[in-house]
Amino acid sequence: MDSPEQIKARVEAALPGVQLELRLNPAVPAESSLVVAPAHAVAVARFLRDDPALRLDYCSNVTGVDWLDATVKEKVKTRRLVAGEEQEVEETIERKRPGYLEVVYHLYSVALRHGPVVLRQRTRNRFEAVQVASLTPVWRSCEFQEREVFDLFGVVFHGHPDLRRILMWDQFQDFPMRKDYVEPDDYEYEPTPHDEILDKARRHYPTGGTA
Amino acid sequence: MDEGLRSELSKQGVFTTTLQELYNWGRSNSVWPLNFGLACCAIEMIAASMARFDISRFGSEVFRPSPRQADLMIVAGTVTKKMAPLVVRLYNQMPAPKYVIAMGACAISGGPFKQGYNVLKGIDRYLPVDVHIPGCPPRPEALLHALITLQEKMRGEPLAGPAPARHADPAAPGEYPVPAYGPYDLTPAKNEELWRPAPLPRGE
Repeated sequence: MDSPEQIKARVEAALPGVQLELRLNPAVPAESSLVVAPAHAVAVARFLRDDPALRLDYCSNVTGVDWLDATVKEKVKTRRLVAGEEQEVEETIERKRPGYLEVVYHLYSVALRHGPVVLRQRTRNRFEAVQVASLTPVWRSCEFQEREVFDLFGVVFHGHPDLRRILMWDQFQDFPMRKDYVEPDDYEYEPTPHDEILDKARRHYPTGGTA
Repeated sequence: MDEGLRSELSKQGVFTTTLQELYNWGRSNSVWPLNFGLACCAIEMIAASMARFDISRFGSEVFRPSPRQADLMIVAGTVTKKMAPLVVRLYNQMPAPKYVIAMGACAISGGPFKQGYNVLKGIDRYLPVDVHIPGCPPRPEALLHALITLQEKMRGEPLAGPAPARHADPAAPGEYPVPAYGPYDLTPAKNEELWRPAPLPRGE
């Protein structure tokens, strides 16, 4: 199979003006991914599915990631005057990165027996601009999994044929897999609480909840 | 009847009984369970009904697919908050006399999912459970033991008097309120008349 760089070049050649970003993963699995803008996601997905050299005909997994607001530290090299002469200095810049939700698709080719190619879409923020494009029209297997991401993360899939909650009940209002989800305060006594359960136990039984 | 006279008569070859004993003997040996399972405990329940463990030895092999024909609800598996109202509704649709066995760690307490946001911390919050079986999952023998325990309970149930069986007591409810889906949790989160938190072993 082509490397992620080659796939990116092919997509950009076939679809001029597409917003596609390659995210390299420096960790051991080296599973790099393509971040696509939601506006172009369906076109890119169709290309990945129909291109004769890729034929990614199977979307095995759709999942969501919740990225909270974070401060990112970056090291930047700049030239500046130090003690009268110009030198290259490494500076650490802190930058606020607003939070967003991300949807990750793992694509395989059953016909050509290769994969995975990881495709990602990001929302603009975590509150009101949570729309991404549904890839259910391209891969039928996305239907339930996109519903699950909608249910648990609150990502709205534009173009999904039947976007309802799938695991929680319809009247449920929160998104349980988001990192700032607050679960119902219904702790009950248990004999050996630990970790965050121990904190709950102490809140509910301040004098003797730990047996 | 006096126990001594009865024993004396049986030595003479005269067998005596009461209507209550006969009735309880009959129904305790034909407990028809409701045919439904919620999670992996249901696999053990199925195993108990098959040849190796053979629940039909105790008269309970007739798993009924309709609550209208069932006497026993075996809550076999994790009761999620989404499923709990349906389980209560099924119980309400069963005709009296009816009994509940909570099978496995999840059904009796929430089990490994007790601290989760979407799992009920035990079906005894909404239903009167007669026998609790611990285990994850319990072996089929444990289910058979629970059935025998239930049969013993049924045989000892008086049909009249100050403390009659639940189905013979006009004051005992035959149906229980079905919880509603709320925005964050079930409402109410538990049936206060049925279930109260256990007292702490020590402290407080």
